[in-house]
Amino acid sequence: MTNPSNALPEGASSFARIQAGMAKRRAAERRFKMLGRLAVSVGLLFLSVLLISIVSKGYTAFWQTQMRIDVVLAAEDIDPEGTRNAETLRKADYSSLIKQSMRDMFPEVSGRRDKFALYGLVSNGAAFDLRDKVMADPSLIGTKVSLWVPADDDVDMLMKGHIDRDAAEGDRRIKDNTLGWIDQLKAEDRLELRFNIDFFTKGDSRDPELAGIRGALMGTIFTLIVTLSLSFPLGVAAAVYLEEFAPKNRWTDLIEVNINNLAAVPSIVFGLLGLAVFINVFGLPRSAPLLGGLVLTLMTLPTIIIASRAALKSVPPSIRDAALGIGASPMQATLFHVIPLALPGMLTGTIIGMAQALGETAPLLMIGMVAFIADVPQGVFDPSTALPVQIYLWADSPERAYVERTSAAIMVLLGFLALMNLVAVLLRKRFERRW
Amino acid sequence: MSPQGQAMAFKFDGAAGSAHTTTVGRDVRETVGEVRVNDPRIRCTDINVHYGEKHAIKNISLDVGKGEVLAMIGPSGCGKSTFLRCLNRMNDTVRECRVTGEILLDGEDINGRHIDVVPLRARVAMVFQKPNPFPKSIYENVAFGPRIHGLCDSKADLDVIVESSLRKANLWEEVKDRLDDVGTGLSGGQQQRLCIARAIAIEPEVILMDEPCSALDPISTAKVEQLIEELRQQFSIVIVTHSMQQAARVSQRTAYFHMGDLIEVSETDRLFIKPRHQLTEDYITGRFG
Repeated sequence: MTNPSNALPEGASSFARIQAGMAKRRAAERRFKMLGRLAVSVGLLFLSVLLISIVSKGYTAFWQTQMRIDVVLAAEDIDPEGTRNAETLRKADYSSLIKQSMRDMFPEVSGRRDKFALYGLVSNGAAFDLRDKVMADPSLIGTKVSLWVPADDDVDMLMKGHIDRDAAEGDRRIKDNTLGWIDQLKAEDRLELRFNIDFFTKGDSRDPELAGIRGALMGTIFTLIVTLSLSFPLGVAAAVYLEEFAPKNRWTDLIEVNINNLAAVPSIVFGLLGLAVFINVFGLPRSAPLLGGLVLTLMTLPTIIIASRAALKSVPPSIRDAALGIGASPMQATLFHVIPLALPGMLTGTIIGMAQALGETAPLLMIGMVAFIADVPQGVFDPSTALPVQIYLWADSPERAYVERTSAAIMVLLGFLALMNLVAVLLRKRFERRW
Repeated sequence: MSPQGQAMAFKFDGAAGSAHTTTVGRDVRETVGEVRVNDPRIRCTDINVHYGEKHAIKNISLDVGKGEVLAMIGPSGCGKSTFLRCLNRMNDTVRECRVTGEILLDGEDINGRHIDVVPLRARVAMVFQKPNPFPKSIYENVAFGPRIHGLCDSKADLDVIVESSLRKANLWEEVKDRLDDVGTGLSGGQQQRLCIARAIAIEPEVILMDEPCSALDPISTAKVEQLIEELRQQFSIVIVTHSMQQAARVSQRTAYFHMGDLIEVSETDRLFIKPRHQLTEDYITGRFG
């Protein structure tokens, strides 16, 4: 009985046979390990490509070109009657003051089209910044102030090198005369890249230089608060009941099958359900984080229930027996001994569910959270959007400046995700330390 | 062992048993020996247990006396653990398990409709085969029972209960300096004594022990056996064991189970020296099981 791969003479001792086979076994082991390492490296490679591409595209969004302008705040333009009335101050025409200051800087510019291009160097938001400054300190009226305002996104793009100066004039967004003004402003130290605070403090805008992430971030936070506060207790309660108390019969089997199926339902279906039930039947405000939270709750519930049931199942039955054996009621046994042991697993499931909810776009489109909303939401009833939807909206916008903002928003989203996971890991550690 | 596992074991054993015994069709064997005692703590009459189709306990009647240790021996799957679990209705937690017959605890039927299993199990506490302390501190392990049953009014009361329970379980000297350590960090024998302390902290009338020493080394076993002897002064103890030597050492009466039947009950000394039933003799002389 000689087999070809094992060319030992008949009657060789088993030890010799084992020895002869060892090289092959070791090689197989090495191959297995190599495959594992290969898989991990490929994963890491793709991850780093993703992160590097996002960060390299997005980090510039955290800086924004600002322009220093000198504005004459003539009393007769702002407050002719001298009442310093807030309403009067608010209604004053600040944009004409800014246009005036631009004209003062470039007195040689004439012609309607050129003037229009000149005014376009400053962002539309400058007038609001000026208004806020004057309203905060009315004593500035009658003086000449020097302030930094956001430059237009095209100027910003040029400063960041995203517009090719050497291209033919017809192929670039900034014409030759404008280029000259910008170079002059730069020479006078009136243009500077500064940290983009507005990106973190403002809501969305049609002007990329004014668009911020705060509206979407707050929308996401409110949505996730609603989701977490509904889906965690509901999911855990459902799992505990089904696993510990419910009788095993056809009905509970049916429920279990349905829960498993729900976990696999495409998320947009939940959005349709939210539209049909929460908006059309219950009349909840559309675009509100409350609504988004409800829809995402429906979506995350199956995940949390399944994970929690698995966690409960993995608690050794001896713990239940121990508690019941000295007269604990089933509820006491579950509450004091089974749930604490299952909690880390439940938290893991919850985090998976919440991470899904954080990244979900499709159902939110169906319930109107895709609308353009410039205000930062103040509560769960205010119309708002969410981070992934904001990313989708910006990725869809034509202006070049939105490209870096899209990547920056992705960075914020990933940062938020990392923060959430960190909290979950810390919580899990805390609960695990108890035994 | 999980309830399902136990049911499975019975099923398996039953199939194997009916394959090679010639007693098919014979339903119930008469019990030999002294089933009844004067002044019983627990009196079981005509107990039958079914796991689905499987008839696991066949018409058993048995008494547990006050202040006695009753040992139950028999081959694997003979129904002794199932019978033990009837005594505090732990079988309620097993699906498809049906118990019929009358079990009187101090004259009251524990299967009665108005009986709540929670206070019942506080009177008939159970210690399991595998030490199963809660993954909490030693103190919390013992304090859990008194706390849920409201046996203490203050922290000081609870401290007293915990200490006296641990002392009765001969564990106090070993753990008094580390009551806050987790119970699962103790050695196997200490864990089992902790489980016993946990059971006696609620001052039950009866303690059921399901092979309490099968996972322990000989020294720990000796300690637990000594403990059983001491506890007998206060509690009735029913112990299931695989070790005939252990049954002989700790018990006053011994019951021999065989395939769901209670074959023989006698004073322990008598049962081991002079068994009256052929099956008992086969078992204790090692010819069977």
